[in-house]
Amino acid sequence: MTEQLPTIIILGPLLGATLAAFAAWFRPRLSQPLVVLGLVISSAAALKLVFIVADAGAQEYWLGGWSREQGYGVVGIQITVDYLNTLLLAAVSGIALLTSVYTRRLVDTELAGRQRYFYALFSLLVTGLLGITITGDIFNLYVFMEIAALSSYALIAYGKGRAYMAAFNYLIMGTMGACLYLLGVGFIFAKSGTLNIDDVSASIPALGQSQALFVGFVLILLGAWAKMAFFPFHGWLPNAYVHGPTASTAILAPLATKVAIYAMLRIMVTVYSIKYINSSPGIQSLALYLSSLAIVVASFFSLTQINLKKLASYFVLSEIGYMVGGAWLANKPGLTGAMVHVVADAAMTSALFMAIGCIVYRLGQAQLDDLKGVFFKMPVTMAAFVVTMAALIGVPPTCGFFSKWYLIEGAAKADAWHFVAALLLSSLVKAIILFRIVEIGYNRVPHPAIKGNPAIPRNEAPLSMLIPTVAMTLGLIVLGLGTSTLVNTIISKALPAALAQ
Amino acid sequence: MESIESFTPVWIILTSSVAALLIALLGRWPNVRESCIFAAAAIKLGLLLSLVPDVLKGKLYEFEVMELIPDVGLAFKVDALGLLFALVSVSLWIPTTIFSMGFLRPLKRHAQTRFFFFFAIAISSAVGVAFSANLLTLFIFYEVLSLSTYPLVTHHQDDDAIKGGRKYLTYLLGTSVALALPAMIIVYERTGNLNFTNGGVLADVTSTTLLVVLLVMFLFGFAKAGLMPFHAWLPGAMVAPAPVSALLHAVAVVKVGVFSIIRVLTGIFGVDLLAKTPSLSTIVCVLAAITLIVASLIALTQDNIKSRLAYSTIGQLSYIILGVGLATKIGIAGAALHIPMHAFGKITLFLCAGAIYQACGAKCISEIHGIGHKFPMTMTAFFIGSLCVIGLPPTGGFISKWYLLNGSLDSAQQWAFAVFLTSSLLNAAYFLPIVYKAFFAKPTDTARLEKAKEPPPMTVVPLFITSAGCLLLFFFSDKLFKLADTFAKMYTVQ
Repeated sequence: MTEQLPTIIILGPLLGATLAAFAAWFRPRLSQPLVVLGLVISSAAALKLVFIVADAGAQEYWLGGWSREQGYGVVGIQITVDYLNTLLLAAVSGIALLTSVYTRRLVDTELAGRQRYFYALFSLLVTGLLGITITGDIFNLYVFMEIAALSSYALIAYGKGRAYMAAFNYLIMGTMGACLYLLGVGFIFAKSGTLNIDDVSASIPALGQSQALFVGFVLILLGAWAKMAFFPFHGWLPNAYVHGPTASTAILAPLATKVAIYAMLRIMVTVYSIKYINSSPGIQSLALYLSSLAIVVASFFSLTQINLKKLASYFVLSEIGYMVGGAWLANKPGLTGAMVHVVADAAMTSALFMAIGCIVYRLGQAQLDDLKGVFFKMPVTMAAFVVTMAALIGVPPTCGFFSKWYLIEGAAKADAWHFVAALLLSSLVKAIILFRIVEIGYNRVPHPAIKGNPAIPRNEAPLSMLIPTVAMTLGLIVLGLGTSTLVNTIISKALPAALAQ
Repeated sequence: MESIESFTPVWIILTSSVAALLIALLGRWPNVRESCIFAAAAIKLGLLLSLVPDVLKGKLYEFEVMELIPDVGLAFKVDALGLLFALVSVSLWIPTTIFSMGFLRPLKRHAQTRFFFFFAIAISSAVGVAFSANLLTLFIFYEVLSLSTYPLVTHHQDDDAIKGGRKYLTYLLGTSVALALPAMIIVYERTGNLNFTNGGVLADVTSTTLLVVLLVMFLFGFAKAGLMPFHAWLPGAMVAPAPVSALLHAVAVVKVGVFSIIRVLTGIFGVDLLAKTPSLSTIVCVLAAITLIVASLIALTQDNIKSRLAYSTIGQLSYIILGVGLATKIGIAGAALHIPMHAFGKITLFLCAGAIYQACGAKCISEIHGIGHKFPMTMTAFFIGSLCVIGLPPTGGFISKWYLLNGSLDSAQQWAFAVFLTSSLLNAAYFLPIVYKAFFAKPTDTARLEKAKEPPPMTVVPLFITSAGCLLLFFFSDKLFKLADTFAKMYTVQ
């Protein structure tokens, strides 16, 4: 049974999406439970696989049994769960599960009357994201990338007004990224004659200094950068997240960009190699400078925002800089930091957007000025929000602290001091923003406990939203305390052998 | 060095966290709520005292909870210095709580439960800092302390409080994240070790430039120590209610700053390295000496009692840093001893300032002329407290300054002797006039004096306790000195 687990991870949400789409015709209320069911199965399989991989190493699976051994090497489709992706699979499916429970009330109010296909699209998006993460084939990665992208355009366009324009911008940028990626894959295929990641990776060293491979690498990289909204390809992201429905943002913000970063890591670490990266120092220092710039620019923009959702989307942009930079440090702590941070940031962003969703659900559009007294209205939500912000700032013992620790250690080792400075600056900016919100939400109102001051009635978000939010927030601390275990048992083994000492 | 694996240090830290939880739950019944605090403080103090005999014999209590990053864990170690600091903060928690009850209850202040809750968390984290076995654990508790004291600083929730709180976090969080954290990561990256070890972990680093940069980053990174120019948060934090200024901004928070610097200098750099590399020792001493003198001079100009006390604190903290920077055994012992001595003196002064404010609303020195006749006991306590901070017998402050002066003569930095003496004169110059004016000057505001009510007993009793402490420390200083000496020996004798 356990040998089928890798495919169950994708089948869960895929079947969920199909059934939810059918159900939408005659019994729309059934869509969400069907999707939740699919995600329960998927995340259980992903969790089980984390333990299997930690014990027994990478698990390969050939769809339909068309395996390399039977001579189907070029057409056979391989999916792999190894040290690099197993944690992300668990994170993506787990976060998707919590979000699918969480979004129901939001969808019912925000998209009232139009919610019919939301959960089918939601589940399709998760299928695409899980597919990108699990596939062992660079062309299939493209296919899953498009599945995820098309459903996310639709999810953004579900909003009203400017959402259409935002979705259109997103579509242009996303399509460009996908095209670049596909072109790069073409170059690799032309040189190596295969699309299977393991086979490509085995044949690249033999091909030596090939111009075509290098061009392919750069194209794939640019494609991935456009997909993940890495500076300077980031323009589409804030508008898409602000004008799209809050429910769509809650699933897109934590997962979509992180999975694109994973794709970049996979290409860098497995398909090409760290040796290849180190032998092209021009791109390496360019990527590092761009990462620092991404962090600094996004931090400054976040300081000027007055809308909570927009502010949070600039956080997403700066975190992308963390991970790209960490990966391009191309040393042991840097890569460890990037890999830890992909998982940690998925969790942090998810918790952040869940808390914001709760606020939006009760207060409408979340302008910072509307937050007066929100700490008294929604104490639990705001407690979760503060913990999440602390994680984003990097306050120990939350997960954000430890990933940032590895990143800074890697940057110090590589003498990339500008990256150290950018990371610290971003922490400080987030701290300023947190306390600005605390001041507005807590201190700027007459304290209701003092006699004569108006009472502020408590108006907490509904339990179906509050429980996933709190669970996710507690997860940040658990993840932080477990960082050392995860690094020792899984992430350190995902690093290429050349760096292992 | 013998070490004992024991869970007791963790229990000691947890008692006040548990108390915090109970405080939050029992907020509706103030008497039950405050009984929890006293129970927790008593348990904590008892557990701490039970560790004293073994620690005096040079044994260490150790416990590692879990590994956080390779080779560095959430780990605790109780040595003489940590125990000394923990004893001071916990024993002063009791009088401060009594004072807080007297201060908050009659005026029906808002959010008392929140106040006591964060207070207990702050005590937990101060003791956590005291017991940390490595720099990472120390840093974690250091940050928890910054964050948990923010609601206390902004307790009044008016514009001043918000401004003060903003300054507080900008300085404390800003410096620790921007300077101390990267310095710590660089140390880890170069040596792979963050444990406080005898002889330091940086002994193999040869580049003096790197050492100097790290040293400066650490000295300014732990801005709770108030080294200039990162001191302005402390006068800003005086917007907090009196008990907060008393325990946190004269004892727990600021001492956590100097404590962290002592740990870095002795356990990360190592006293040997400091003594061998003149530039390092000189940097510490010069920075501390400048702060010492300048802070005392600024204190002279302050009319607000609490800000004068705050600048005095900034100066006194630098005594401790200067003492360690001397890198001699006696100097380090004197520095360690100055932690409790200054704590008792300064908390008395702050409590007096609070009691005066409570009784007649006076905040400035010019408003309290002639007040001594109205509140003789409060002002006598103030007098004893100022003797202790100036360093005159028969108060404990004399003892620690004695060792500090001795230490400066032993060291390569003999000019420090003159700095210590000058500063003591300045201390006398900014404290004694207050006492003189309170007793002998003509009242400026007779109307205020007539309206003044005797402070409630709950606010006077703690003054007795702490000022008696100042005197007792003079006569029974040997016990504390043994602790300080055990620590100094452990880190200087090879």
